[in-house]
Amino acid sequence: MRLCHWVNVVSLFVLVGSGLQIFRAFPSFGAKIPQKDLLHWPKAFALGAWLGGALQWHLTFMWIYMATGLLYLGYQIFSGNYKQVLFMPRDVPGVWPMVRHYFFFGPKPPVKETYNPLQKHAYTSVIGLGVLSVLTGLAVWKPVQFSWLAWMMGGFHLARLWHFLVMWAILAFVFGHLVMVILHGWNNFVSMLTGWKKDPEYLSK
Amino acid sequence: MTSLVDNRKFKGINRRELLKLAPVVALGAFAIPKLQKPLLKTGLGFSDWASSKLFRSGHLAPTFADSELTPFSKFPINDYDVDDPQVDIDRWTLTVSGAAQTPGEYTLAQIQALPKVRQNTRHVCVEGWDVIGRFGGVCLSDFLKMIGADTTARFVTVECADDYYESLDMATAMHPQSLLCYEMYDELLTRQHGAPLRLTLPTKIGYKQAKYLTALKVTHVLEKFGYWEDQGYSYFYGL
Repeated sequence: MRLCHWVNVVSLFVLVGSGLQIFRAFPSFGAKIPQKDLLHWPKAFALGAWLGGALQWHLTFMWIYMATGLLYLGYQIFSGNYKQVLFMPRDVPGVWPMVRHYFFFGPKPPVKETYNPLQKHAYTSVIGLGVLSVLTGLAVWKPVQFSWLAWMMGGFHLARLWHFLVMWAILAFVFGHLVMVILHGWNNFVSMLTGWKKDPEYLSK
Repeated sequence: MTSLVDNRKFKGINRRELLKLAPVVALGAFAIPKLQKPLLKTGLGFSDWASSKLFRSGHLAPTFADSELTPFSKFPINDYDVDDPQVDIDRWTLTVSGAAQTPGEYTLAQIQALPKVRQNTRHVCVEGWDVIGRFGGVCLSDFLKMIGADTTARFVTVECADDYYESLDMATAMHPQSLLCYEMYDELLTRQHGAPLRLTLPTKIGYKQAKYLTALKVTHVLEKFGYWEDQGYSYFYGL
């Protein structure tokens, strides 16, 4: 699973970079939205040098991304591990205290499980977003063969917009995630590399 | 998973677990310049293979009402090296060759004699724009029947008056919406849009829909893929 995580870090980096480059070729989503200068994205952030190159990166790495995603989901379901991560209705009351603790310096809520409610919310959401990024991507890549998918999204132009927006949502997660990783120290980070953690908090109860 | 181990064992475990992450480093191969090109080419090739498997011959591209058409004046024009390769329309013929029973020169009149089809379909450009256009012509499959083409052959290739060139998989060529198009918006093709004959393929990306056709070949073996494919773009690019 750590393998999936780190492979996907690379995949996501490539997909976002090349995706932005594809976007730069024509920054608009359809006739009704102004064609020029909707969003100018600096070349420094785009991967692939030119549209053809960007498409090669994007169309290659999307398979790696989808494969690791399926591997992750398969593992979570078959191992039962999903119970630790999945955000459930009973987790809802726990979210605000965590947000208050992190962002507004509120008191630290007691540590009860491996993942606190805010984490569960984030990690469940990002998987949902990952699935959406694939579905919207498929609708954009093959609007004819997956015409039903494109239709469900409101049409080809809107599918492209959703694909773009889902990317931003995932990036927002990555940003928050990185902030949390940094705040939570070296030991926690290392555990993502090795799978073992020195003195985890939830054990001391 | 929780268990308690002593410090020394912890260090040993750490080293082992880090090694398990080695496959991630394999992705680093993409960063090595010499390996990058073949790796990406393989990736694109895999994508194309998957695309050919996802293609369904009976599945039609969405069609649209006349009210949804993009105005003709707003239909963009992309070209290879000239806007108008000065085709002599009166003397134009389509040169047919390859695995066909009756190769040779075909006039526009002969092509127009086949059943006429008109369709409003979406034209998607790889650049990112798309428009809905009205295209009129004959089914490529009807033309292939007329020339006695061997439809077990894998490819149909075309050449153009502006030195552009493209190729099609036979499944797409036989698709009911693939046209030899000679009209747009119920008028004969203008010079800028590929007069007198172009390909209209609603199941393919724009750059495969070649304009200014001069030659068509039915073949089992591809010698040339296509202008943009030779630059690194996808060969199959089905929508």
